[in-house]
Amino acid sequence: MLNLVAINAAYIVAAGLFIFGLKMLGHPASARRGNFLSALGMLIAIVVTLLSEGILTWYWITICALIGAVIGAAAARLVAMTAMPEMVAVFNGFGGAASLLVAWAALFESHSLFVAITVTLSVVIGGVTFAGSVIAWGKLSEVMTSRAIVFNGQRIVNSLILLALLACAVMFCLEPSAQSPYLYGVIALALILGIFVVIPIGGADMPVVISLLNSYSGLAACAAGFAINNIILIVAGSLVGAAGIILTNIMCKAMNRSLGNVLFSGFGAVKTATKVEGEVKPISAGDAYLILEAANSVTFVPGYGMAVAQAQHVVCELGELLEAHGCEVSYAIHPVAGRMPGHMNVLLAEANVSYDQLVEMADINPRLPSIDVAVVIGANDVVNPSARDDEGSPIYGMPIINVDEAKTVFVLKRSMASGFAGVDNPLFMGSNTRMLFGDAKASISEIISEFKP
Amino acid sequence: MELTFVYLALILVLAIFLGFELISKVPATLHTPLMSGANAISGITIVGALLAAGSSENTSLATWLGAAAVVFATINVVGGYLVTDRMLGMFRSRTDKTDE
Repeated sequence: MLNLVAINAAYIVAAGLFIFGLKMLGHPASARRGNFLSALGMLIAIVVTLLSEGILTWYWITICALIGAVIGAAAARLVAMTAMPEMVAVFNGFGGAASLLVAWAALFESHSLFVAITVTLSVVIGGVTFAGSVIAWGKLSEVMTSRAIVFNGQRIVNSLILLALLACAVMFCLEPSAQSPYLYGVIALALILGIFVVIPIGGADMPVVISLLNSYSGLAACAAGFAINNIILIVAGSLVGAAGIILTNIMCKAMNRSLGNVLFSGFGAVKTATKVEGEVKPISAGDAYLILEAANSVTFVPGYGMAVAQAQHVVCELGELLEAHGCEVSYAIHPVAGRMPGHMNVLLAEANVSYDQLVEMADINPRLPSIDVAVVIGANDVVNPSARDDEGSPIYGMPIINVDEAKTVFVLKRSMASGFAGVDNPLFMGSNTRMLFGDAKASISEIISEFKP
Repeated sequence: MELTFVYLALILVLAIFLGFELISKVPATLHTPLMSGANAISGITIVGALLAAGSSENTSLATWLGAAAVVFATINVVGGYLVTDRMLGMFRSRTDKTDE
């Protein structure tokens, strides 16, 4: 049995390991050890908690922890890298749900006003995180439509839910009890609010939502920490909360939109973009090969379409062939390419691209005018020049990768449908642009076969 | 009681600032593992879940809530750390590759 001082001392060690772990996650070479340190911190926190005087029986703990560990390990092992966004969404949701339940259970220990307020916060944030994450998972895994769901009076409905939630929360705090009907009301309304907050957000805005839900899952743990008077929950929860907010901010900046704009406006409600008139110039895989074969520098610009087509492995193979030809190959990655922050980097790393070839937007743009061929694979908005040039465009002001400045641009596209945001892309009509129509994976495989006579 | 709250609030404020400082330096390349790694840390709520699930010999509603929380939080912790490790194992530099 450990006393309170020993336990809190161990919690401080755990907090230190989390902090070091997060710091080491900042560099590819040390990131894996950083994650290990953070896991070690978690293990210490769990072990000392199990040895504390507060734990009288391990019966349910053992059963439940085994179930959770098996599910978690299996999911972590089996998930495809393309499905990482929905996986992280689900894990966020589970963290939120756990915090909700922990806060609820805390009410059996104490009913003070302070506990009631922190429990309410934890339940609301945890409930919104859980329900929101389930909807985000549904959208990302295409169980439900990934488009924004908007209806008339949506804001009024949301305001009413929020008002009812506030009313229930106040009533509960006036007379706190673990079986108060107002507590049930708070839980139910928090879940409903979570659903309504995420349904109007379209697939292309998912990186913002996942970052935000990640932040919420930390804040829910933090609030639960106040409810049960536990420092490690407060420290770890607020670290995660801050991390999520930073990522949310980076994602919003990368789209030149405010958080409010992402959350409350179904994207592209007003379309005033000037339709670009012009002719697209298709190219065959054979001709594309001839140009690539002569190129000295090639940049690949992947988007979510690469993940959908599962083309990352053939892209990497083509990259290696080009390098063998003495060509300089890089991969330019926009911060919001894909469905979660850094999604494309993980896919390319899985396909064996080394991380020193993964270039951020700010670093590639000055180099683009001297690059022979930019190959756009399944990306649209993040390379759309109207974001830079056309003030009427819905995405005007969003920073883009200036592929149109490269000497030649190949755009791999299934057909001539417009991209996710429904914005016409003048890049496709550019004088230096060649369209390679068809499935990205098949097109690239065809070019690869030209390299191997 | 009031002083405890002040201490806890102080810890909160410092941890948030520290979080901002730590994360704003992470390169975009590592955003996905960072997010899933941070997500695993948010599973720290497992500590509260263990206390709730193990605090009574009699099975009460609090035990059930705690037990359910243990399941959710363990999935979050175990899955989060393992999947982050799996991802980070894929990030290799050119020199790592030539060493093989």
